[in-house]
Amino acid sequence: MQVTMTVNGDEVTREVEPRLLLVHFLRDHLGLTGTHWGCDTSNCGVCVVAMDGVPVKSCTVLAAMAAGREIRTVEGMEQDGRLDPVQEGFMREHGLQCGFCTPAMMITARALLDVNPDPTAQEIRQAICGTVCRCTGYENIVRAIRWAAEHSDQAAVPA
Amino acid sequence: MQTPAPFEYERATSVGHALALLERFGPEARLVAGGHSLLPMMKLRLADPEYLIDINDLTDLDYVRLAGDTIAIGAMTRHATLLASPVLAEHYPIFADAERVIADPVVRNRGTIGGSLCQGDPSEDLPAVASALSATLVIQGIDETRTVSARAFHTGPYETVVGPAEILTEVRIPIRPGAGSAYEKVERRAGDWGATAGGCFVVLAADGETVVDVGIGLTAVGAPHFCAEAAEAVLRGRPATAENLAAAAAAAAEVTNPQTDQRGPAEYKRHLAGELTRRALRRAVARARGQEA
Repeated sequence: MQVTMTVNGDEVTREVEPRLLLVHFLRDHLGLTGTHWGCDTSNCGVCVVAMDGVPVKSCTVLAAMAAGREIRTVEGMEQDGRLDPVQEGFMREHGLQCGFCTPAMMITARALLDVNPDPTAQEIRQAICGTVCRCTGYENIVRAIRWAAEHSDQAAVPA
Repeated sequence: MQTPAPFEYERATSVGHALALLERFGPEARLVAGGHSLLPMMKLRLADPEYLIDINDLTDLDYVRLAGDTIAIGAMTRHATLLASPVLAEHYPIFADAERVIADPVVRNRGTIGGSLCQGDPSEDLPAVASALSATLVIQGIDETRTVSARAFHTGPYETVVGPAEILTEVRIPIRPGAGSAYEKVERRAGDWGATAGGCFVVLAADGETVVDVGIGLTAVGAPHFCAEAAEAVLRGRPATAENLAAAAAAAAEVTNPQTDQRGPAEYKRHLAGELTRRALRRAVARARGQEA
């Protein structure tokens, strides 16, 4: 079947099997390997992308179900050559160690800040609890997201 | 890599369209809403539908609203919406209690109340909530729309009374003025299915003591229709003393038939069923008295 969706602002159309998962569509059909593929069971949350602005686990969404929707992946966070404040926060506050959960953490953080621009540490922890950091680097992830909240109107550094 | 077996995909644009597709494809077709129970089962080949009918475009079934003396919840209402609903928070905090411990926020962005009820997984939380509250479920077919009590909806694990060409469209919950309600769950790790869970509502008489009405639901312990009617009978008409709550909780444990599995031995789960019922009753009574949020 043919699916058409908007990925990071660009409309894409591909011929796919109905059983193709969104995570594999993004990685294998579009080459957007920033979205990671982890447990396959919607537990680990490293595959989180934003669908119509809402974080979802792309291992548990069919590409067919995403047709007609707007998908945003980590590759689409940078705008006009400038990092999203969330990305800059992860850089400045050492919000990552191995980096495997980082794209999902950042997409989730962006969605949180879009609806709650000044979240408490507890609200951040609640929001990101669907993604597991195997390095257990949660303290710095929370700090990174707080940094982004405090610098939302600051011109971001060039990517 | 976990991949479902091949199937054909159709997207429904209305309830009528979904029903027409169900009728055309027959019993090998399945509806998919949030997909967070069905798709994992399809990956494990525990479910193998030939046709998948996506009903995520039926956004007119996504609502929580007051309708007279009833709260009406559309079948496509997401867990996240239920958790955030001021209407449910006001009348039935059992929903927020349960929703807060269903999976995680990202999963709750997708999963729906209709999907949870129709999946009929013995470990899903909302069947017990609906059963505790004696919700009325609206099932739409091609020629007629019928209503079924939540306590007659599930006919066994993963089985409901919804026919091959029918759709659950709405969950109706009677508003019980002054009711307190609560849900308690023990999970082995955050976001997991419950080892055991239970919820209840309690309506007290004007004296703040006598239990006028009560409903008790149980999750993951094999309680028939996810409820404990014998336990309700123990409490109804009696004062909400610690002794009576404990007696009702013990009766709730009696109706269970838990299975030993990776979430614990049967005896442990039976114990939990009693203890969690006791805690839920205690909190529901406190809420009915305005002593606890």
